Amino acid sequence: MTHKPKVAFYWCASCGGCEETVVDLAEKVLDVVAKVDIVFWPCAMDFKYKDVETMKDGEIAVAFINGAIRTGEQDHVAKLLRKKSGMIISFGSCSTHGGVPALANLTSRKKIFASSYHHSPTVENPEGIEPMQTSQVNGHELILPEFYETVRKLSDIVDVDYYMTGCPPTSDNLAEAVGVILSGNLPPKGTVLSPNKALCGDCIRNETKPDNMVVERIRRPIDIILDSETCFLQQGVICMGPATRTGCGALCIDGNMPCTGCYGPTDNARDQGAKMIAALGGILSENREMETNEILERLTDPAGTFYRYTLAASKLGSVRKEE
Amino acid sequence: MGKTITIDPITRLEGHGKITICLDDNGDVDRAFFQVPELRGFEAFCVGRNAEDMPQITSRICGVCPTAHHMAGTRALDDLYGVEPTPAAKAIRKLFYNMFIFEDHLIHFYYLGGPDFIVGPDAPAEKRNILGVIETVGVETASKVIEIRKRCRALMSQIGGKVIHPVLGLPGGVAKAFPEKQREDLQVFGKDAVAFAQFSLKAFADIVLGNKRYVETILSDTYINETCYMGLVGKDKKVDFYEQDVRVVDTQGKEIVTFEPRNYAVHLAEHVEPWSYIKFPYLRKRGWKGFSDGKDTSLVRVAPLGRLNASEGMATPLAQEEHDKLYDTLGGKPAHNTLAWHWARLVEVLQAAETIRQLADAPELTDPHVRNMDLQTPRTGIGIVEAPRGTLIHHYETDQNGVLTGVNLLVATLFNSAPICLSIEKAARGLIHKGKVNDGLLNMVEMAFRAYDPCFSCATHSLPGEMPLSIDLVKPDGTVHAHISRNRK
Amino acid sequence: MSDYKPKIIAFVCNWCSYAGADKAGGKKLVYAPNVKLIRVMCSGRVDPQFAMEAFRKGADGVMVLGCHPGDCHYRSGNIKAFNRFSIFQRMLAQFGIEKERFKLDWVGAGEGERFQITANEMTETIKRLGPLSIRGFVESEVA
Ligand code: SF4
Ligand code: SF4
Ligand code: SF4
Ligand code: FES
Repeated sequence: MTHKPKVAFYWCASCGGCEETVVDLAEKVLDVVAKVDIVFWPCAMDFKYKDVETMKDGEIAVAFINGAIRTGEQDHVAKLLRKKSGMIISFGSCSTHGGVPALANLTSRKKIFASSYHHSPTVENPEGIEPMQTSQVNGHELILPEFYETVRKLSDIVDVDYYMTGCPPTSDNLAEAVGVILSGNLPPKGTVLSPNKALCGDCIRNETKPDNMVVERIRRPIDIILDSETCFLQQGVICMGPATRTGCGALCIDGNMPCTGCYGPTDNARDQGAKMIAALGGILSENREMETNEILERLTDPAGTFYRYTLAASKLGSVRKEE
Repeated sequence: MGKTITIDPITRLEGHGKITICLDDNGDVDRAFFQVPELRGFEAFCVGRNAEDMPQITSRICGVCPTAHHMAGTRALDDLYGVEPTPAAKAIRKLFYNMFIFEDHLIHFYYLGGPDFIVGPDAPAEKRNILGVIETVGVETASKVIEIRKRCRALMSQIGGKVIHPVLGLPGGVAKAFPEKQREDLQVFGKDAVAFAQFSLKAFADIVLGNKRYVETILSDTYINETCYMGLVGKDKKVDFYEQDVRVVDTQGKEIVTFEPRNYAVHLAEHVEPWSYIKFPYLRKRGWKGFSDGKDTSLVRVAPLGRLNASEGMATPLAQEEHDKLYDTLGGKPAHNTLAWHWARLVEVLQAAETIRQLADAPELTDPHVRNMDLQTPRTGIGIVEAPRGTLIHHYETDQNGVLTGVNLLVATLFNSAPICLSIEKAARGLIHKGKVNDGLLNMVEMAFRAYDPCFSCATHSLPGEMPLSIDLVKPDGTVHAHISRNRK
Repeated sequence: MSDYKPKIIAFVCNWCSYAGADKAGGKKLVYAPNVKLIRVMCSGRVDPQFAMEAFRKGADGVMVLGCHPGDCHYRSGNIKAFNRFSIFQRMLAQFGIEKERFKLDWVGAGEGERFQITANEMTETIKRLGPLSIRGFVESEVA
């Protein structure tokens, strides 16, 4: 019998990158394994539910859940895990803010099905077949989970104790979080386990920002050769740094590309897109007699730029659906 | 009405997968289905995005092989903007990509597929994992695996910003130059990588090929499916992960066609089934012939052995030697043995390592000129690379601002998904008779499936040791007839 | 449709537009009663989140009214507001919200009539567009 606390991992609509973070703990894995008992959670369906349901409530000490909620199956399992776990940690941007999969909230289920099963240049589907929740083949019934209209974040479905952001969170973030949890010295419920300040503060390019920064023109990364030392905003390229929580160590900037915002907003900013719009509005050129069209010409995808990872948490919600 | 057996969970291509095996009235296998119960809809929600964001957005399709999507997207951007990457950019991309293939294949071999062979297919479940591998090959080797992977990924993050979801790719180039002062590091790594690849091949030869029973298993009919094969080849028709044309061969190894990325839709089509969210690609000119293999099949298999089968050999000398050894043992080219996928994977690891070593010496690598800014008006862009799990196709249509109006993605595991059904069906047929399920079923089905490495996250498998699997035999009235479980906890 | 009463929220600058609205009221100029005023110290203080919150809570249209260019008490608050809301407006369509549902304009302290016209025009526009409902939105709080 083991008396180590049980830790579970479960994935919803996720790419698997968050689990790679676990592998990337490399030798640190062994420290973690020494202290906890890792129970990987099967993606239970049908019969599996019974196994899960026979567990005692709260039998799992901590469950890390990554991925957004896209299907009925994910919804169901998240709820089940909530019941069986003492603590739920929303792990990564997908589960905390919807992540990239939540960009789907800018379109509709109908359009997703149309592009996947009807209009793609490679699809040959004269009978107009679409995947169905139940279908019959040779008298065998096959079941698929329901595909939801809207992608949700985990906290829309269940009560979440702590959040970790990042796409994915770094393995250092994970090691730290596990340390905090094992210490028993827990922060207040609902805390995001990453420092509550903006990335710019930890970015080496911050020093290159002039006191009175003025952006004459928005530029896309393909428009100019990106200088490898100057603040991206100063170059006119949208960098989500001012509206993004720190914690990654400014990885993308180190790769000479602007931050796209994967750590989500800080506590006070709340809505990442709104925060970025406010920040950007404050530094756009003022002396053009209100000719902002030209300044903004290359801002061709504001929603996808400002909410790359947080659409499921946007105050504007998802696109208005056609009836 | 027969019974249904469900194995769940089994994979996570785009999410999770499950296997459903349907029995007929006699209790024998009627059909096997590999179902993917999830869809993300990237093709739809990428419409409206800036094309240059695609390498980063699409990498989120798969965090296990983000670099493959990143690079397919970057290649599609070159095409979209009609621009050639500078020599330095090309060298950096190829370097980064081969490093990715190297470490991804390795982790599959040691953590995922390896346990089946290194520890042995008959070993008890709780030994068939990375810990069992460590026991067999020794702690020293195991820590070598961890170490080389760590070094590889550290170098990769210097080049690409992040390893999981890198940021280097731009049309006509990369974001960051490779500093001369890092070259020495890279050269040392390149040498070590080649040595490690050779070491791994030797371990495979000793442990697997030296064991008659294992070889029999690889060669056994249960694990043979005759399909066509497809893979990217360089100008000389040798295996290339990063560029040039797609070559398709038939079940005899005869070339059916070699096509440019631009023409992919002329040669490939996808079939839709109501019981899975993923689609089933096939050779368009042969037409959809259902889930069947044999001479006239329109199904193609991709990924390591598929690539080797579709090529005229390896691009590097040491890998070529291993390639020849492989086909000698398997009785000629093409080889249809599903379990030889593991072996082919190691041959590719060696090619990737040799390529890294070559590029580490390439003079153009450290040239600071990493962007070609001569972008043309965008319209259509198609990019194809070889992901570890097979041919990966990105197709973008945009307006003149480079804002996406249409997206089509054919991801690697799609190509193998119909063959996976076949392989599973075959394994199941050998092991299920008159409603009786042989205890080996779980392992065998899992092995057939795992050979393809269908994006089952390394993490979920490696840490607890084994996949928690369970099979229920369900009677027509829905009650459970029998339950087999390998769920440790 | 005729008895449809659009809900419109107007964030008005204390120094000018609010006074302008006051003037309109004082002069007994008739403007659509559907426009609810929220007084702010400067249009530059209107966070894009406020406008989002208004839409989310059921507004069919949102206005931000500030001092004329050059007249802002805080020098350039109105210009910043203009820049911000130009971006905001560009983004609205991506959420399925017609860009006409948002309006930024200048109303001076003495311009009662201008206020009246602006409010009425907005009301007409929204009447034409009909009610807005952001569907598929999940109410729970953002982490
Ligand atoms: S947060 Fe990022 S890395 Fe994690 S599952 Fe989502 S897309 Fe993948
Ligand atoms: S805007 Fe970006 S580049 Fe500039 S300081 Fe902030 S994080 Fe760094
Ligand atoms: S720089 Fe920004 S996008 Fe990149 S990892 Fe950090 S938070 Fe995420
Ligand atoms: S004070 Fe009126 S807009 Fe700034």
